[in-house]
Amino acid sequence: MLRRRTFLGAGLTAAVAGTTISCAGRRGGSPWRFFTADEARTVEAICEQIIPADRDPGAREAGVVNYIDIQLTRHFRRYQKAYREGIAAVDAMSRQRFGKAFEELPAGQQVELLTEVEKSSRAFFELILAHARQGFYGDPRHGGNRNMASWKMLGLPYPPVRGRAPDIRPEAG
Amino acid sequence: MALKHVKAVIVGAGAGGGVVAKELATAGLSVVVLERGKWYSAADCRKDDLRNQRTTVLGNGFGPDDERNPRVLVDDQGEHIVYPSESSYGNNAACVGGGTFSYGAQAWRYLEKDFRMRSTYGEVAGSTLDDWPITYSDLEPFYEKAEQELGVSGDDSNNVFKAPRRKPLPMPPLSPNREYEILSPAAKRLGLHPFDLPMLRNSVPYGGRRACMRCRWCVGFACEVSARAGTHNTVIPVALATGNCELRTGCMTREILLDDRGRARGVAYFDAGGRLQEQTADLVVVCAGAVESARLLLNTRHRLFPNGLGNRYDWVGRNLQGHTYPAAVGLFEHDTYDDIGPGASIAICDFNHGNPGLAGGGMLANEFIRLPYQFMGQVPPFVPRWGREHKEFVRSAYRRTICVMGPVQEMPVFSARVQADPKVKDYWGIPVARLSGGKHAHTIEIARFTAAKAEQWLKEAGAVKTWQRIPAANLSGGQHQAGTCRMGNDPKTSVVNRDCRIHEVDNVYVIDASNHVTNGGFNPVLTILANAYRASGKLLAAQFGMKGSGVRS
Repeated sequence: MLRRRTFLGAGLTAAVAGTTISCAGRRGGSPWRFFTADEARTVEAICEQIIPADRDPGAREAGVVNYIDIQLTRHFRRYQKAYREGIAAVDAMSRQRFGKAFEELPAGQQVELLTEVEKSSRAFFELILAHARQGFYGDPRHGGNRNMASWKMLGLPYPPVRGRAPDIRPEAG
Repeated sequence: MALKHVKAVIVGAGAGGGVVAKELATAGLSVVVLERGKWYSAADCRKDDLRNQRTTVLGNGFGPDDERNPRVLVDDQGEHIVYPSESSYGNNAACVGGGTFSYGAQAWRYLEKDFRMRSTYGEVAGSTLDDWPITYSDLEPFYEKAEQELGVSGDDSNNVFKAPRRKPLPMPPLSPNREYEILSPAAKRLGLHPFDLPMLRNSVPYGGRRACMRCRWCVGFACEVSARAGTHNTVIPVALATGNCELRTGCMTREILLDDRGRARGVAYFDAGGRLQEQTADLVVVCAGAVESARLLLNTRHRLFPNGLGNRYDWVGRNLQGHTYPAAVGLFEHDTYDDIGPGASIAICDFNHGNPGLAGGGMLANEFIRLPYQFMGQVPPFVPRWGREHKEFVRSAYRRTICVMGPVQEMPVFSARVQADPKVKDYWGIPVARLSGGKHAHTIEIARFTAAKAEQWLKEAGAVKTWQRIPAANLSGGQHQAGTCRMGNDPKTSVVNRDCRIHEVDNVYVIDASNHVTNGGFNPVLTILANAYRASGKLLAAQFGMKGSGVRS
């Protein structure tokens, strides 16, 4: 697959230009509904730092990017512009600071950069923070929380008990 | 073809409108109820944790929809369009049953002092705090009627602060959950008076409906087994069964139609197909909730009422209030979560009144079950908002917290208000509600006080860490919205009289939480229901010479 970051230079202008190029090109190529393949990788990397894998799955394994991508074509349509610009800004910052795309940075540098994004691009960060949490902790029917990863992590009994008698107390776990 | 004339047209099928429909229809009057939302059923409980009436990040579960129902919000950032699924919109619901279709169903009687706030506390600078024109004893028979007809479970025998009641609640409380068992002895050790939360919820079969099955999808969701009582599964079916009442859903009321002399002759509304209709009636009863009822009056213009119906002295839409919800959360070393719904189970009224230096207070109770995404709001401020530590905290604490919170009775503010926006219109071309103003500073002071009491309770119960949530001073409203068409004896400082009839016109009533002069330190629904029974009786007597069914013999 063609990866735009292989031929783009550093800097915001280039990143924005890159977005335009890939917008035109993604109709043929991207497996996503809204994101370009590169955007999806960046979003996935950001979300994985927001909810990292440890002994339980993180945002990547739980398919959080899938949740965000689906909702950006539905209830979150009004945030499309914020995502397109926000992702470009994060990648631009990453290239300027470290000379690489965000998703190519080691975890420590990703955290460092996101800590800065949290301050400098507050609105975008709040958006993706809320959406990452929804995609990880919310109902799998919306495209995230694959295999009920977070619910298993929390020990939440699922599927729910239906028709439970009022005095029966299930043991936790 | 003109629609058939009826005795009364009721706008809104929520808590107020549902009761009025039943009382009028069973008295033999022809009634049409116009509801802008849909009629959902128990089968619409989708258990969707991101799209319901409490968590609305993917939209409202039970209306209104974002596409057709904007509002304008004015805050310190300026003015902007807000949509129903955004919290700043101040939504309740749009469906048959209104808020009662998807609420948590706490069924509180206000206390005697809640009707006499001005007499109790005197003037509060910057607030329109006042007494109701009716007292607790005027409402007591109708509280009882609401409890008996819709069905309330609980046990307030240990609530030494309660106002006198003639009959006990018709159903016993649900069996205690784990949080209850942790909190109850701690409250007693502190000298407090804990008791079983009253709820419009069947603990045993009642009214032809079955008992609560203790599931985790309660507040914000449809009740899958219809164990929770709302007007949609109690009084509205009774009204329809008389054959005298017609309920039309998907109908958006535009304005009240007035004749040359300024008397109401019906309403103009858009039906479910978007066609403009006129429903004529002898009486118009507005039960659309505090924001939309005020909006409808303000959108009703006439030569005699150039600033809106009932608004001669600029009181329509004023004093918008709800409840300020301070909370404390405690982290325990052991599991507190037992997956036994609804979660909320134990309450105290020790801090509703008599708090030194404060003009009121509020009830405290444990919170409903927090689903995983809701738990994000439970994470303390000392934990990083993202990354490894946040996830670790959620994992380790999810089953080990208790949240105690409660509705602080707000100091009404004249500048907290609903107007009809001069520019922005909704899908039907009707001017939208324009919301502005904020909370009184003293309301926040009271909130700090009750949050500290909640925290103390959790510490006594063994919490190893505790933290507080103090609400911001932004505009109140939302599910407990109230106050915008104040009930009073003086037409210069209120919108409706003590019988809930608009001062200026003898055949228009407003019967919902808009009437509330103050909103109690409690969830308001039982008071809305009780007042609707009371006002229906007054209406039947004044307009038709009948005795309302709510009068105790």
